[in-house]
Amino acid sequence: MSKTRVVSFLAALIFALPAGAVPFEEARHLLARTGFGIARAAEVAALQQLDYEAAVDRVLGGVRTQPATSPPPWIDELPPTSKEMKAMTAAQRVEFNKATRTRWQPLKQWWAGEMLATPSPLTEHLVVFWHNHFVSEVKKVKWAGYMYGQNALFRHHALGNFATLLRGMAKGPAMLIYLDGRTNRKGRPNENFAREIMELFTLGEGRGYSEDDIVEAARAFTGWSINPAKGTFVFDPKRHDDGTKSFLGRQGRFSGDDVIDILLEEPRVAEFITEKLWREFVSAEPEPGQVSRLAAAFRNSGYELRPLMKGLLTTPQFRAADNPGTMIKSPVDLVVGTLRVLGNPGLEPRNVTSFQRRLGQDLFQPPNVKGWPGGEAWVTTNTLPLRHQFLNRVARGGTMNVAMPDGGDEDLMELLLAVAPVTPPEETARSRQRLALLLLDPSFQLK
Amino acid sequence: MNRRQFLRRAAGLPLLMLPAACRSTEAMRFSDVPIVPACQAPTFEDTERWNKVLVLVELAGGNDGLNTVVPYSDANYHDLRPTKALARENVIQLDERLGFNSLLEPLLPLWKSCQMAVALGVGYPGPNFSHFRSIDIWDTASGSNEFLSEGWISRLFAEARPPAEFAADAVVLGRNAIGPVKGKNIRTAVLNNPNLLKVAKRMRKLPMAEENPALAHLTGVQTDARHAARVILEKHLEDVELGTEFPEDAFGQQMEIASRLIVSSSPVPVIKTAIKGFDTHAGQSVDHPELLASLANGLAAFVQTVKAKGHWDRVLVMTYSEFGRRPKENDSDGTDHGTSAPHFLMGGRVRGGFYGEQPPLDDLVARNLKHRLHFRSLYATAAREWWGLKADFIKEKGLGCIA
Repeated sequence: MSKTRVVSFLAALIFALPAGAVPFEEARHLLARTGFGIARAAEVAALQQLDYEAAVDRVLGGVRTQPATSPPPWIDELPPTSKEMKAMTAAQRVEFNKATRTRWQPLKQWWAGEMLATPSPLTEHLVVFWHNHFVSEVKKVKWAGYMYGQNALFRHHALGNFATLLRGMAKGPAMLIYLDGRTNRKGRPNENFAREIMELFTLGEGRGYSEDDIVEAARAFTGWSINPAKGTFVFDPKRHDDGTKSFLGRQGRFSGDDVIDILLEEPRVAEFITEKLWREFVSAEPEPGQVSRLAAAFRNSGYELRPLMKGLLTTPQFRAADNPGTMIKSPVDLVVGTLRVLGNPGLEPRNVTSFQRRLGQDLFQPPNVKGWPGGEAWVTTNTLPLRHQFLNRVARGGTMNVAMPDGGDEDLMELLLAVAPVTPPEETARSRQRLALLLLDPSFQLK
Repeated sequence: MNRRQFLRRAAGLPLLMLPAACRSTEAMRFSDVPIVPACQAPTFEDTERWNKVLVLVELAGGNDGLNTVVPYSDANYHDLRPTKALARENVIQLDERLGFNSLLEPLLPLWKSCQMAVALGVGYPGPNFSHFRSIDIWDTASGSNEFLSEGWISRLFAEARPPAEFAADAVVLGRNAIGPVKGKNIRTAVLNNPNLLKVAKRMRKLPMAEENPALAHLTGVQTDARHAARVILEKHLEDVELGTEFPEDAFGQQMEIASRLIVSSSPVPVIKTAIKGFDTHAGQSVDHPELLASLANGLAAFVQTVKAKGHWDRVLVMTYSEFGRRPKENDSDGTDHGTSAPHFLMGGRVRGGFYGEQPPLDDLVARNLKHRLHFRSLYATAAREWWGLKADFIKEKGLGCIA
C-alpha cells in the first residue's frame, strides 16, 4: 500500500462511504489497539457491518469476566500454614520450595494459552494492563495460586468498577505479600504498600501527598493480613494501630478502608487512571482537555470503567486518520497477535512464554513495582533482533502450516500493517517470501 | 560496651597501612576545592578524548552507604543500628573514622595504589524517596523538581558526539535500564546476548528520517543495531584472551563482556552495567553482603584484566544509585529509603582517596543524612576532567580527582 494509496483510501473514508459503515482501516485500528496489535480478517469484516459506535459497543460487549480456558488443576490449593511449615524437616522444606517454583511456568503458559484462545482479545489486554498497574510478582509472592487469584480478579473487574477493583486488589493475598502488607503491624509499620498505593495505584508520584501521609497511611493499614486457612484477607485488630492519624489534611482514627475511601475522593485519581488508559489505548500524549472531560465523567459515574473505555475509543484523537501505526507493539502483542492471525509454526507453550520473556515482558514477573515502561523502551538493539528471530520463525512456518490470510496480496498487506511499509516488497516476490518481507518490515512492529 | 569504651577501643586500633600520600587528612566541604591527595599520578600518553571509556555501575534499588563505607568509630552508627552495624572484624579501616565493609576487600589493592576515589555523602537537595522518581533525577541530572527525559550522557553528547564509525556511543550490558544513555543525541546498543549480533547484522538496511516518532525509533534502532553488530563482530569478542576468571553471577558476566569490549579496543565510549537488588527493606543481613561481594569481585576481576592488558589508563569506573538508606535500621531486618551515600570512582588516572565528607549521624534531616556532594559533581568529573567537555548544563564543579 503506497502512501498515495493510503491518502486516497482515507479520502474515500471521509467522502465516499455510506454513512454508518466502518471502513476496513478503522475497524482494523479499533481491533488492533484494543486487542493484540493486529486482527484476523474475519474479525475486521464483522465490524465493518456496523456503524462506529456500534462497533465499539461490540468490542466492549465481548469483554469477559471468566477465562475461556481452564487454569491448572492445582490452582485453588492453599499454601501450608506457618504451623505446617514449621513441622517440616529442612529437606521437606527445600522440596516444598522447589515444588512451589515448578508451578510458575505452568501458570505463565496457561495465561499465554488463554490469550491465544480467547474470543475477546480486549479482555486479556485489560488484564495485562491491570497486572502492569497493580503490580505483583511471582518470585516474591511465590504461591502461584495467589498470583492466579489476582489475575482472576483483574479479569472479573477488567471493565467493571475501578473502586471495587482497587479495594479487592488491596486485600488480595498476592498484594499483601508483594508489598509487605501482611507484615505491617502496630508499632512496626512497613511503608511499602502505603507508598505505592499513592505513588503508583491512585494519585501518581508526588501528586498531592507527602512523606508524612505515607507514614500515617501505613499506620492505618496495620493489621491487614492473610487467613492461612482460607487464603483470603483477614483483619487482625490486635495488630492494628487504632490511634488518630492525620492523612491528606484530615484527622481521625482511620482504618485502611478509610484511607482508600479518602483517596477515592481525590479528583486526581480519575485523571491519573484516565491518563494511563489513554497512554495504553489512544496515544503517547494524553490530550488535557479530553482527559479532564473523561476523568470528570469517570469520577461522577463512581469509577465505572466501561463508559470510560467507550469515551476513550470514541475520542477524535483515537479515531484520527494519522493515529494508526503510532504505537509500538508490546512483546505480548507481537507474539500473541502474530500467532493468532498467522497460526502457530510449531511453537510449544514454553516457547511462547520464553519469547515473551526474552523480548522483555515476562508475565507474572514484571521488573519492579512500577511495571514495564513500555512504548519505545520495548525496542532496543537487543530486542529488535530477537523480534526478527521470532518473526522469521513464523514466516518460515516450521513444519506446521502457517495460515496465509485469505485474499490476495493487497489484502495481506492491509491486514498485516497499520501503515505503509518502509520497504515495500517487490510485486514479483512469491507469497511466502512476501509475507516474510512484510513481517520483517519495521511497520509490522506498529499498531 | 558503653560509648566511651567503644570510642577508646576504636581509636586504639591500628590504621591499615596505606601510602601516606593517599590519606586525605581534611575533608572537603560542599563544593569547595577538594583536598587532592598528593598521590603520584601515573604517567600516561595523552589519549584522544573518545579513546577513553566511562564504565557506569548502577547499584539499583538504593545502596546502604553506611554499611558500604562504614563510620565504624562513630558511636551513633552503633546506636542507630543495634543489629545492622558491622562488627569491628567486618570493617577494614581506611582512616581513623571510616572503613570498607570487609566484603570490599577485593578492591583494597586499588585503594592502596591510590586509584580509587571514594566520594562521600553524595546526594542532592530536596531528596525524593521514590525509586523511580529519584533514579530519573540521577539519570537525567535534573533538579529535584525538574522533569527531563534525556539521559545525562545524551545531554552531554549534544555538545560533542563520538565518531560515527564507532560501534555505538554507549553499550548497556545485561537486562538493565538504559537510563543515563537514553536520548536523542546518543546511539545506544543493548548487548545481553552477543549471539544476537549475527541476527542484528542480517537485518535490512533502511532509509532514515521518518515523521512518525514510533517508526523513527524502530528504523533508528535497526540502523544502530546493524552498525554496532558489524563493528563489534569484527572484534571477535569471544576470542579475546582475558586471562582472568570472572564471577558467574550476572554482574560478573557483565564485567567480562565489558573487559572483552575494552581489551579488543571496540570503539565504545560508555559502558553501562548494573547490579539489582539493593532495596534491602528486609533480609538485609543476607542480601547486602552478597550484593557487595558481587560488586567487589566483579570489579576486581575487571580491573585485573584491564590493567594486565594495558587499558587501565583509558578507563574510568563510576558507581551510582538512586539513593542511600536510612541510618536507623527498621524492624524487619532491613533499612528503608534514605538520601546520600558514598560512591566510587576508579581508573588508572584517578587520584585515590576521600572526596567530600562523611555526613554526620547526629545531624539528620527527617531521619536522614544531609548530602555533602551533589551527584552532578561526579558527572562533572566525567564530563570535564575525563572527557574535557564543557557540560554547561552541570553547574557543579568536578571532584578534581582525575590526573
